[in-house]
Amino acid sequence: MAGQLVAQAQGGPTAQPETPTVEFEEVGGDHALSPDLAGTHGEVHDSGHSEVFPPFDSSTFAGQLIWLAITFALLYVLMSRVALPRIGNIIDQRQARIDGDLAAAEHSRKKTDEAIASYEAALAAARAKAHAMAEETRAGIKSDIDNKRARVEQDLAAKIAGAEASIAATKVEAMGKVDEIAAETVQALVAQISGPVSEAEAHAAVAKASKE
Amino acid sequence: MADPNVVDPIHQFAIYDLVSFGEGGPALTNSALFMALTVAAIGGYLLWSTAPRSIVPGRAQVLSEMLYEFVANMVRGSAGKEGMKFFPFIFSLFMFVLVANLFGMVPYFFTVTSHIIVTFALAALVMAVVIGYGFFRHGPKFLKLFVPAGVPFPILFIVVPIEVISFLSRPVSLSVRLFGNMLAGHITLKVFAGFVVTLGSLGFFGVLGAILPLLMAVAITVLELMVSVVQAYVFAVLASMYINDAIHPSH
Repeated sequence: MAGQLVAQAQGGPTAQPETPTVEFEEVGGDHALSPDLAGTHGEVHDSGHSEVFPPFDSSTFAGQLIWLAITFALLYVLMSRVALPRIGNIIDQRQARIDGDLAAAEHSRKKTDEAIASYEAALAAARAKAHAMAEETRAGIKSDIDNKRARVEQDLAAKIAGAEASIAATKVEAMGKVDEIAAETVQALVAQISGPVSEAEAHAAVAKASKE
Repeated sequence: MADPNVVDPIHQFAIYDLVSFGEGGPALTNSALFMALTVAAIGGYLLWSTAPRSIVPGRAQVLSEMLYEFVANMVRGSAGKEGMKFFPFIFSLFMFVLVANLFGMVPYFFTVTSHIIVTFALAALVMAVVIGYGFFRHGPKFLKLFVPAGVPFPILFIVVPIEVISFLSRPVSLSVRLFGNMLAGHITLKVFAGFVVTLGSLGFFGVLGAILPLLMAVAITVLELMVSVVQAYVFAVLASMYINDAIHPSH
């Protein structure tokens, strides 16, 4: 086939209007020799379906492979040496920064918690102290009041007792005078009714009456 | 299909020289140009966006970091911590396929990944890495990959050939999947776009009739953008899973 194609190429593109594209595509590297073919390429291409389907045109394989190798190798080197390490670095750095910041935040939070705890403890202690003081004061006042009340009550009791004693004495005294008053009254009454009576007789009569 | 004289959906895949460097040398073709553009775009974007190395990233840097994290998680997930050694390789593969696919969606741009030789070369590269690293790391024990543990001896006569065939078909399926998706998508898109042009030139009713394929073309464009991303992802995931086989051959 290759020989035939070369023969066609030697025969020239005008010898067979249907096939020159095939020859053109099949003989790789011929392009440089015949740049005028590039112009005919397009029109022949449009009209012809006899040519090789471009993706299966093996004459372009070598060129594509070479270029793919060059470009992909370049891409690989660029990626593995420059781009990816750089992006990886950026991401790692950010991660480190985030981790550091988080640790710092955690540290601050712990400190805050400690401060809150110590404040709470101080507050509780102060409250307890205040409570104790209030309790003590209340107890002091209460005992004071109790003392005073006891004293006042004692005082009052003594005064009551004194008063009661004087009342009793007065009563006894008054009772003692009742007989005398009665005798005098009797003496006066009897004198009015039947003549004078001695004081002694009046007394005896009163005593006798009061006994009955 | 629309009139082939008006629309040729195959034409977009043609490779032609842009600049020739003398006889026999690798001429700068449109394919080569877009491979170079792909690499330039990837490298340029990643380096440009990460140049400030800011702790609080801007939008451009966030995208770069997301791509990095995405591929890193993918490799770590399917190949483990040890697989991270191949992270630059998988990342390069993913980005190359992704950007090449997406470039293909730009009108008049050439789709590098629509050529079977390119996808096959990438798949073969993956398999070469798998086999090379497998033997380098495990020596002959790497062949345990084809001998599942705990299978009775007589059944091995059936299982081992199946394993070998499945291993050998990997590069084929890997490359044909990507190639087929890109090729078919672009042809479909071109055909529908061709309908629009052809019908549109047929007068009033033609223009009315062109609305439907126009909507289809828009829908397929969206679909193809998705396929571009998904295929890049699938390629990279499968590559990292195959590399996982090289790291842990006894499964």
